[in-house]
Amino acid sequence: MSNFDKIKSITIKQPLKLDCGKEISNFPLAYETYGNLNEKKDNAILVFHALTGDQFASGQNPITKKEGWWNYAVGPGKAFDTEKFFVICANVIGGCMGSYGPGTIDPETNNPIGTNFPVITINDMVNAQYNLLDHFKIERLFAVAGGSMGGMQVLQFVSNFPNKAKVALPIACTASHSAQNIAFNELGRQAIMSDANWKDGLYDGKISNPDKGLAVARMAAHITYLSKKGLQEKFGRNLQERSDLKFGFDADFQIESYLRYQGSVFVDRFDANSYLYITRAMDYFDLTKQHGGNLSKAFKESKTKFFIISFTSDWLYPTSENKDIVIALNAIGADVGFVEIKTDKGHDSFLLDVPDFLSTMKNYLSTTYLNINERRI
Amino acid sequence: MKEEFKVISKLIDEKSRVLDVGCGDGILMEYLSKNKVVDVRGLEISKEKVKKCLSNGLAVVEGNAEYDLKQFPDLSFDYVILSQTLQAFMSPENVIKDLLRVGKKVIVTIPNFGHWKIRVDLLFKGEMPITKNLPYEWYNTPNLHMCTIQDFYNFCNNKGINIFKIISLNGQKTAKITASNLKYKNLISELGIFLLEK
Repeated sequence: MSNFDKIKSITIKQPLKLDCGKEISNFPLAYETYGNLNEKKDNAILVFHALTGDQFASGQNPITKKEGWWNYAVGPGKAFDTEKFFVICANVIGGCMGSYGPGTIDPETNNPIGTNFPVITINDMVNAQYNLLDHFKIERLFAVAGGSMGGMQVLQFVSNFPNKAKVALPIACTASHSAQNIAFNELGRQAIMSDANWKDGLYDGKISNPDKGLAVARMAAHITYLSKKGLQEKFGRNLQERSDLKFGFDADFQIESYLRYQGSVFVDRFDANSYLYITRAMDYFDLTKQHGGNLSKAFKESKTKFFIISFTSDWLYPTSENKDIVIALNAIGADVGFVEIKTDKGHDSFLLDVPDFLSTMKNYLSTTYLNINERRI
Repeated sequence: MKEEFKVISKLIDEKSRVLDVGCGDGILMEYLSKNKVVDVRGLEISKEKVKKCLSNGLAVVEGNAEYDLKQFPDLSFDYVILSQTLQAFMSPENVIKDLLRVGKKVIVTIPNFGHWKIRVDLLFKGEMPITKNLPYEWYNTPNLHMCTIQDFYNFCNNKGINIFKIISLNGQKTAKITASNLKYKNLISELGIFLLEK
């Protein structure tokens, strides 16, 4: 990891009681902002990142030098139009881009905290990020938005703070992590933990890291983000820089080479322990159970306008799971819109250039912002 | 805006909660929320139309009324509107039942198969009629269950559904339909707009 000196962060001083029972305090939460907060402070949007995201939603990530993860959606003239809106995005606790996480150096040992870091939940992540409202002195956000694990945070945020966001955009997510998703996460964790370099999570973070395990975890997960049709069309059975099969275990096929590449670049920017902690948080997410088996109760107090989006080819967080949220909201007469966007790009659609998705979201946000201001809802 | 929507919006009290089933592009929803200050939701089956509605900030959910009305609790809306789509459902009877469960009042518009032009077409040409409101050929029509104003009137009576009001629409002309002028209005109305209650 490079140095995080130039990263913006707040220090959360007051104790935060975690779901696991432990308490943390005086910890850093790294964030980035795009656009300007207006005088009335009514144009702020809190964007939540997914499993491997970070606070750098747009522009160039100063650490990885890569494009921001939501570059298609956040920026001037884009869906989250930074000429209109003030977009805030924080690195979740447990993450590895400057927020308090297993990679944070313990001053007593001068080593990363590693698996001595407490197990965190989506609820803990959201409660930590709520401090950003105080930091920016924002009474009420215009919107909260996010896809995948970001969408789970949107749901948890509205449930925890019913009247702190006028609009909620949970995208390609679920209210309750499915057995299939827990299974895929477990596969990733086992890959990391079976790497000899993992050392029960107490690797030094410098010379020997469980890179091989983390790369395999990423490769497996990457498959789940794409659709069968998308993979077939992009790679088919195309061979990688060779005219024939080599009768060995090198990457004969383009898809193998592609996955290996995805795994290898991932380890340069992500901490294996963060991967364990964040996938665990996703697995523990069950908003329905938090509300005694009735998801509607999670939103009972809320006057938030919901806009839920799913994608036809997303089999990781399928339309049916997104629709369960719509059903729970309709059951209490909440203000809810829902559309399933047609695309072959799988779960990853929310991060990609899917024009229907981006334009509908852009128009929805700008019209709703105008409507709310005109009618003073 | 269509004359039909003007008639429908006149039937709706201010500040009520409205569900527009098969809301299409959301033109009626937009009119209602701007002019009647109602809290209005929509259900629509076409992705393209849902996207259009959401782009305009309307609370519309993509779904099929035949399955997705079930998610709305009993009497959760003051009015439920169903404009010219009843005939396209697999089971209009069940949809009407669900509409009456969800809404305190229900507004249903019927494209009238009893209109004289339709009767003449069938009588003299011996062909399935094609009109402005029913522009399809028999082999590609989504309309599975056509009925006349008289048929729907009989249906409501047989099922014990209260009819508050029936309005006939013929071009721009509206008129009240009563038991005494029903036979005649069934001959000259293009649309019948019914205000119902369980």
